[in-house]
Amino acid sequence: MKITKLHLLLLVSLFIINCSLFTVTANAAVPVIKIDGSSTVYPITEAVAEEFQKEKRGSARVTVGISGTGGGFKKFCRGETDIQDASRPILTKEMEVCKKAGVQYIELPVAYDALTVVINPKNDWIKSMTVAELKKIWEPAAQGKITKWNQVNPAWPAAPLSLFGPGADSGTFDYFTEAIVEKAKSSRGDFTASEDDNVLVQGVSRDVNALGYFGYAYYVENTDKLKAVPIVEKEGKPAVSPSFETVMNGTYQPLARPIFIYINAKSVDKPKVKEFVDFYLKHAAKLVKEVKYVPIPDEDFKLVIEAFGKKKLGTGFGGVAEVGVLIKDLLKREGIH
Amino acid sequence: MPEQSIDDIRRMIARHKLRDHIFAIVGILSLMVGILTLLALFTELAIEGAPRIGWKLFASFPSRHPEEAGILSAWVGTTLIMLVTAASAVPLGVASAVYLEEYARKNWLTAIIEINVTNLAGVPSIVYGLLALGLFVYKLDFGQSILSAGLTLALLILPIVIVSAREAIRAVPGSIREAAYALGATKWQTVRDHVLPYSLGGILTGTIMGLSRAIGETAPVITIGALTFIAFLPQSPFSGDFPFVSFRWLMDPFTVMPIQMFNWTSRPEAAFQHNAAAAGVILLVMTLIMNGIAIYIRYRFRKRIKW
Repeated sequence: MKITKLHLLLLVSLFIINCSLFTVTANAAVPVIKIDGSSTVYPITEAVAEEFQKEKRGSARVTVGISGTGGGFKKFCRGETDIQDASRPILTKEMEVCKKAGVQYIELPVAYDALTVVINPKNDWIKSMTVAELKKIWEPAAQGKITKWNQVNPAWPAAPLSLFGPGADSGTFDYFTEAIVEKAKSSRGDFTASEDDNVLVQGVSRDVNALGYFGYAYYVENTDKLKAVPIVEKEGKPAVSPSFETVMNGTYQPLARPIFIYINAKSVDKPKVKEFVDFYLKHAAKLVKEVKYVPIPDEDFKLVIEAFGKKKLGTGFGGVAEVGVLIKDLLKREGIH
Repeated sequence: MPEQSIDDIRRMIARHKLRDHIFAIVGILSLMVGILTLLALFTELAIEGAPRIGWKLFASFPSRHPEEAGILSAWVGTTLIMLVTAASAVPLGVASAVYLEEYARKNWLTAIIEINVTNLAGVPSIVYGLLALGLFVYKLDFGQSILSAGLTLALLILPIVIVSAREAIRAVPGSIREAAYALGATKWQTVRDHVLPYSLGGILTGTIMGLSRAIGETAPVITIGALTFIAFLPQSPFSGDFPFVSFRWLMDPFTVMPIQMFNWTSRPEAAFQHNAAAAGVILLVMTLIMNGIAIYIRYRFRKRIKW
């Protein structure tokens, strides 16, 4: 008899759950602010979300997803998310999808990231590299041909060249290829690719002949295992190492890139979302530094805050990725959407 | 038959005994491969995660500071999802098994259904994730909620539940059914009062085995969109107004243990690796406990039933 009672209980609980399925209202009591997108921007947004929820003590709920910039824009343009984390500007294709769905947006740069080219600390032949040398290594034509260091520069040893980089879905990959090979997504394919930057860190730290690239935060946390390569932008210019200073004063080129959040214009009317973005902009400088990204200089950031205050719609890029755009110029441009 | 000296026979026996020993050693070694791997993995995780395991880990939300980060939202999410999974997979699975074993006629249609159920158990979990993304998240508009995740994992373990429930039901001797019919019981009465109670041990064991598979699943849950930072709990299932229980939590966003682990392993700071290891230990312990419960239930029910 005991058993049948247990069974009855199970059936009743199931019944209740099933009934409630159809009566439940999707609207929760506390509104949820939905954010999704790039894994590069994630640490910043996560830090802001954490602090925001601490301050609001349960009266605000924020979710931050990691779908990648491309995956995130798909959701954003369907109107599923309030805010989109993006490590590159919105592309023409995505603009069209957004337009069709009637989703308008505000584009705000929130920080800089410095793509860092790294080598093994035991590598003693590299003091700096030029963009031309990097191009020679990474362009699609190098595939299967450039396999030794001395093929790039005769001064370097005849050691095998082992390459590490992010996978093709990554915004980092898009930006690096755009900046170095001058065409987004155009890269040789015969390198060790991983979406997990820790795998790249491990790979480069174990191989003297390795060369890799990823975001600055992963380098800073592993300075004991890796060496950053100073980059020479053009012949005759000095070699510049990635750091907070060189990114902020604009000398670390062309691998410093701004990263963005996009806000659904309709969501700004929700008081909690507006509060969140205000909080984001107010605390960005401090939190960005804390998670090892480079803050945007104060004068430029004033323009960002102004742009949000004015609800400046659209993108300043017009759907094409650009290398080396200054934030103050970007915000002066007419928004396209 | 040619003459064989007693020495020949002795030698043959010795040879066969040697082979026997060799096989036993090979068998033990094969067994050790599995067990030692698990042990080594567990020990490494435990050593790496030890400094983080404690009350604080369970009671804190995820955070960007590794020392403050915890698994509160992850274990609550995992528990609630398992509840939804169990509540939907068990009745469906048991009902299917009872029908197939007790009611269905043995014809080609039943045969096709049976083959399909068995095959479903081998479908990669990511396929269930994609199905759920289309069906639950978009078509039925459940969104990226606890409900969607629970139902997805329920689909995933349904074949396991059906197969194990059928085996348990089949193990009930036919004479019991015949005795019930002889006393004038209907089919449903027989099933309800005899077949199900006697097979409950096997059914529960199978269900828990299914759930302990579901608890570690990551791919389907990521597909429906749970790769997320969540620092709040779903809404409470108890409310102040009538009827005092609320099912709002079903529609809340969530995160689960394996995803929290995955998130931590991809962090730049090495300290997060300790958190991931600690979460791994806890997940492993959760699975071991569930399997332990399954074994205990099987033992207790076996002891109680005497044909």
